[in-house]
Amino acid sequence: MDFALTPEQEAIREGVAALCARFDDAYWLAKDREGGFPHEFHRAVAEAGYLGICIPEEYGGSGLGITEAALMMEAIAASGAGMSGATAVHLNIFGLHPVVVHGTPEQKRRMLPPIARGEVKACFGVTEPTTGLDTTRLKTRAERRGDRYVVNGQKVWISTAQVADNILLLARTTPVEQCRNPADGISLFYTRLDRARASVREIEKMGRKAVDSNEIFFEDMEVPEEDRIGEEGKGFRYILHGLNPERVLIAAEAVGIGRAALRRAADYARERVVFGRPIGQNQAVQHPLAQDWMALEAAWLMCLQAAWRYDQGLDCGAQANAAKYLAAEAGLKACQNAIMTHGGFGYAREYHVERFLREAMIPWIAPVSPNLICCYIAERVLGLPKSY
Amino acid sequence: MKLLVPVKRVVDYNVKVRVKADGTGVETANVKMSMNPFDEIAVEEAVRLKEKGIATEIVAVSAGPAAAQEQIRTALAMGADRGILVEHDGVLEPLAVAKILKAIVEKEGPQLVILGKQAIDDDMNATGQMLAALLGWPQGTFASRVEPADGALKVTREVDGGLETVQLRLPAIVTTDLRLNEPRYASLPNIMKARKKPIETVKPADLGVDVTPRLSVLKVEEPPKRQAGKKVASVQELVEKLRNEAKVI
Repeated sequence: MDFALTPEQEAIREGVAALCARFDDAYWLAKDREGGFPHEFHRAVAEAGYLGICIPEEYGGSGLGITEAALMMEAIAASGAGMSGATAVHLNIFGLHPVVVHGTPEQKRRMLPPIARGEVKACFGVTEPTTGLDTTRLKTRAERRGDRYVVNGQKVWISTAQVADNILLLARTTPVEQCRNPADGISLFYTRLDRARASVREIEKMGRKAVDSNEIFFEDMEVPEEDRIGEEGKGFRYILHGLNPERVLIAAEAVGIGRAALRRAADYARERVVFGRPIGQNQAVQHPLAQDWMALEAAWLMCLQAAWRYDQGLDCGAQANAAKYLAAEAGLKACQNAIMTHGGFGYAREYHVERFLREAMIPWIAPVSPNLICCYIAERVLGLPKSY
Repeated sequence: MKLLVPVKRVVDYNVKVRVKADGTGVETANVKMSMNPFDEIAVEEAVRLKEKGIATEIVAVSAGPAAAQEQIRTALAMGADRGILVEHDGVLEPLAVAKILKAIVEKEGPQLVILGKQAIDDDMNATGQMLAALLGWPQGTFASRVEPADGALKVTREVDGGLETVQLRLPAIVTTDLRLNEPRYASLPNIMKARKKPIETVKPADLGVDVTPRLSVLKVEEPPKRQAGKKVASVQELVEKLRNEAKVI
């Protein structure tokens, strides 16, 4: 057993941290106040070649694993970029994995290099207002007409759709009544988001103002057949394959944002003097921060274990879910304690920790609720009856 | 032309340095180590000369423990072509390093050696000058600007009174000051490429260099704690205190 990172992994973490250091607290504070996609940040990450970290070398990437991607995403969030920085590049990192696994050589040549270079932005269109986590019940239809499909329906919580050129879209191609299994009859497309046929409406939300979340309404949006990934009707199974890596990356981001908050809390507790001593000398102040450190480290180890298992080709469902649960919980708690450590100033925007708290709610809620993770662990690991 | 860039493994500049309990040196166990920042500037300058088509090959060399390979890899990821590790555990004084570098220069035949002006661990500011003396080469130290000029090198030096420009004929030694450039961070593809670049390992004895220390460290101690300052209400009071308390005017 070896817990040490390889020199290349260290170099990746340091490289990402050095890159992020150019985007300071003031940058992200302004983004949080004014909104607007962090294009400069996205471009810098692209130019340093990090967007293609998981994309195979022959398609312009570096062909590394989820472990390296997790190191990268943790470093981004921990730099103070939080979920604003992480979500701005999140989809480039692993979103197109179904194309890597199931795409034709022509599709890989066409779709992957622009994503690795950051020339094309993409969004991920799965969630719908009436289906949520019960994905096989999704209602968006893609009806076949000759050599194309016509898409009608509605998606929600689609991040970056304001700036995305393309969409990875999950839609039903065979009515559920005609399928033996509801998981069949759903297909996956990677295609241009045709704004003439898809209206994108931004959702006002609690945090991460820089990176938009949206509703999308499709009205007869045409998708050429050559943009379908893999076989018709198997899209849901393709997507499933990518869910565990997504959980690992979200977990890494949650650990990162928790560390960003904890670092500020510890700095403040060391420097702020009340009653003639630094507040960090008081156990009531230092113990919660010590507990945060332990929880974040434990979650990070679970995260790396899940990533390692995925990269080794081992089953990682339980570990990836546990990592996302533990990391989101630890991250959120660290942000809360960071605010309490700052006292009244923790509530002021200029101390950054309230922004982290608002953003730390995202990995707690998405992409799967903590409740459903408990259901999964109870059922799949402990062998208890399914509860839902 | 071929360039040689020495890089030193030092305690990272962000680390709060602690003196060992026995007073023999500073704590380096379990401490983050990095490339000396002035050496990063040297690597960056070399890579820029290569990008301008002036340099053809950059060799990064480090003298130190086996772990100094990490700093060579960093140089390779920034754009150096290959590395040489002169492996030695224990103290290496500037004169020993200069002798090692002289032996490497004689073997490799570079036209230019770019070094950091000093390392942030012992702040000796000696190796570059010693190497120039041992080789009998011209030197441009504390460089804030390096311009090739017809088989020569124009170097702007940061000296006490301002800036001094010297012209060096090649081969030559340059040592870097802080304002020469801003080093790049390695891109991911270059980190990946660096894995495949070769690093040759030799021992000081293979180069015929005796690195036995000539100096002995008597004691290492922390600087005295700074006392809190005083606030004064007026310029008059300030002048009065400078004259009568501090006795500096």
